[in-house]
Amino acid sequence: MTDNRPVVTMTGISKSFLGVRALHDVNFRLFPGEVHALMGENGAGKSTLIKVLTGVYDTDEGAITLDGQPVSFTGPMQATAAGVSTVFQEVNLCTNLSVAENIFIGREPRRLGAVRWGEVRRRARTLLARLDLDLDVSAPLGSYSLAIQQMVAIARAIDIQARVLILDEPTSSLDAVEVAQLFRIMRQLRDEGIAILFVTHFLDQVYEIADRITVLRNGGLVGEYATAELPQLSLVEKMIGKELDVLEGIEERSRRNLAVLEEGTPLVAVSDFGRAGSVEPFSLTIHAGEVVGLAGLLGSGRTEVARLLFGADRTDGGQVAVDGTPSSLRTPAQAIGHGVGFCSENRRAEGIVADLSVRENMILAMQAARGWLRPIPRRRQDELVDKYIKALNIRPSDPEVPVRNLSGGNQQKVLLARWLITEPRLLILDEPTRGIDIGAKTEIQKLVTQLSDGGMAVLFISAELEEVLRLSHKVAVMRDRQMVAQLANDDGLDADRVMQTIASGSHREEADR
Amino acid sequence: MNDTMSRYRTMTGHRLFWPAAVLVVMLVANTIYRPGFLSIELKDGHLYGTPIDILRLSAPLILVALGMTLVISTGGIDLSVGSLCAISGAIACMYISKQPDQNSLAVVLTALAMALGVALVLGAWNGVLVAVIGIQPIIATLILMVAGRGLAQLITQGQIITINSEPFRAIGLGHLLTLPLAIFIALAAALLVAAFTRRTALGMIVESVGGNAVASRLAGIRSGRVIFLAYVLSAVCAAVAGFMMTANVSSADGNAVGLWVELDAILAVVIGGTSLAGGRFFLSGTILGALIIQTLTTTVYAMNISPQTSLLFKAVVVIAVCLIQAPAFRARFTRRRGSVPPSSAIADKPKEQVPA
Repeated sequence: MTDNRPVVTMTGISKSFLGVRALHDVNFRLFPGEVHALMGENGAGKSTLIKVLTGVYDTDEGAITLDGQPVSFTGPMQATAAGVSTVFQEVNLCTNLSVAENIFIGREPRRLGAVRWGEVRRRARTLLARLDLDLDVSAPLGSYSLAIQQMVAIARAIDIQARVLILDEPTSSLDAVEVAQLFRIMRQLRDEGIAILFVTHFLDQVYEIADRITVLRNGGLVGEYATAELPQLSLVEKMIGKELDVLEGIEERSRRNLAVLEEGTPLVAVSDFGRAGSVEPFSLTIHAGEVVGLAGLLGSGRTEVARLLFGADRTDGGQVAVDGTPSSLRTPAQAIGHGVGFCSENRRAEGIVADLSVRENMILAMQAARGWLRPIPRRRQDELVDKYIKALNIRPSDPEVPVRNLSGGNQQKVLLARWLITEPRLLILDEPTRGIDIGAKTEIQKLVTQLSDGGMAVLFISAELEEVLRLSHKVAVMRDRQMVAQLANDDGLDADRVMQTIASGSHREEADR
Repeated sequence: MNDTMSRYRTMTGHRLFWPAAVLVVMLVANTIYRPGFLSIELKDGHLYGTPIDILRLSAPLILVALGMTLVISTGGIDLSVGSLCAISGAIACMYISKQPDQNSLAVVLTALAMALGVALVLGAWNGVLVAVIGIQPIIATLILMVAGRGLAQLITQGQIITINSEPFRAIGLGHLLTLPLAIFIALAAALLVAAFTRRTALGMIVESVGGNAVASRLAGIRSGRVIFLAYVLSAVCAAVAGFMMTANVSSADGNAVGLWVELDAILAVVIGGTSLAGGRFFLSGTILGALIIQTLTTTVYAMNISPQTSLLFKAVVVIAVCLIQAPAFRARFTRRRGSVPPSSAIADKPKEQVPA
């Protein structure tokens, strides 16, 4: 926007963790009085770049300047003191303390060692007034909405004469009105000359507020663009990184016709399922033997759809019919009773029980369905476990080792086995191939095809379009927490059209702007 | 040579190795100090000796600690067990003292049944507070820990109830096959709890809930029922322990029975290798832990350590036991390991070893 000197420059930044390259030769510039969006898929290196800038990590190579002076912060405190403040995604404030305490915690004005509380409150009021916020500074922070809490975090950040404000996904838990409120403050700060680095996964928001965009992919710099000169579709392409025509040659597969598959009563049909602040109401039908792909960028609401279908979260309204009969999916136990299984994307926190053995992890869902009074006989357990260790090629093949000792890919297979043992009719797989090696990945893809050929319905969620297109009969597209389209995966559908849908929110060709 | 090394590793790597080693060291130290420590003699068809005493006196603690093991495995804690001991003892003694024939077996059995019934209700109370209402376990059971003492006082009307009932006295001091009956009761309880958890799927489900509550819910486990059951079981174990404690002295003192036993029980569970964070539980480890604590108490008396310093002495030994068990602590004294990736460092992090 401005042609004066950048307030921050980062040149040739490289950073590796235990030999894994997180950033490679990245350049980045930030000018005063601009909102600069940092974009990239999960794992592209956005957080690492921010952490390098704020001194959480040191760099392996490269140089950082602030106002033309080379700097190397040893920690966020030092960065903050130099005027580079960060507000993280999870608001790092204490909801049980007052608004004023939160703004000044750790640096309260003191006299003879005693905190001057009057001064704290007065200065907090002044600061908030600058952001056009009229709050009771003595009230506990928790009594205000998340959006207000976010703004208090920003107030805390800019108090220290900040010249650079880094907002890491500040909008991920805000609704539309709250986002507008936040943007108003961001514009105001920008006009005051503060440089704002903005990380988000919401494309609309980028186009609403950002002046320039820097795109990262796989730890490398893709480029720096003026927002006005970069159409949404090009942005999506640059983030996902596949040239469209490269994806054209999707592996041919004898794909059963969607129309034939969707004859008869759907296995699961939901209508108007939704949850405030998580995903807009949607309707979806899944038939036996059908693979429904769920495409969309990170944070677009893919996981939230899966959680509603499994009863992990409760829907605010709507109906569900299983085999045409009205039912309810209000708890996981209920969903499992209807023959639904769910492999969470968060393997460690929501999937495996690290302490338990491979065998115990595998039989867990089946045992839960039977109740604790009817244990699965040990011989039957061993049969089932042996079968799936062989079928899924799990290593090490010893069923009694704690599952924590297995690699990520093998843990994923253990989770798959947990659900396959329950013989589900609908299996929801949320990012089953993320973070696992290529061998395990193709094995899992092959398995999905086999299962659907055998009559199992699968909801397949993946950030990789290629994978979704290869496996699915139907692709539901998510964008900004809405299901914007459901596309039959026939000859007419390719990555190009899905990307356009993600970028524009409509599957019409002319929507490309 | 290598073979010996690896065998040594396997042995020291066993989770019961260090608690067992500590117990042996304690017994050896006692024997050196007092050569007759381990001797057992047969008198009037009963075995007598310090080891027998340790076993008999540790029986109530073993019972309480067994129930506590399950509760801790779910990720909770039960502070009310001491009060439950007092309440069940008070109810049993109060009922017996009111009967004309205190030596009648029927009277004693009725008394036990009444006390167990009340314990079931109180355990269910704890279970509802934690599993249904969702209060933090330490707070939920604190209620009964404090109020339960009052309840016990109320039952005994503030008096120490003394009874003269041979069948009841036998629970604490009776003999069977030359050994104290209490040992058999504790053993039977241990076998019952083991069967209840390991012959059914309850043990695994408890461990799953304690190990990862979110993942367990997503696997379809209704954790509320399991957690509820753990608190009820803990209350029943505590009630039986309360019978032993009151039978030992043939009297019920609402203030003194089971005082601080919850802390010893928690300690026994932790020494036994069950993490306070929940997850895997080890009943055999818990029993070993209870024996260590009782041996320590006996040692304090046997060595004539003055009452003023005995608690401090106990604390020092307990800290030592916990440190020896922590792999991270032992690693400092063996060779230094190379730097490990952060993820596995977290995974291998020693479980909390908190001396109660």
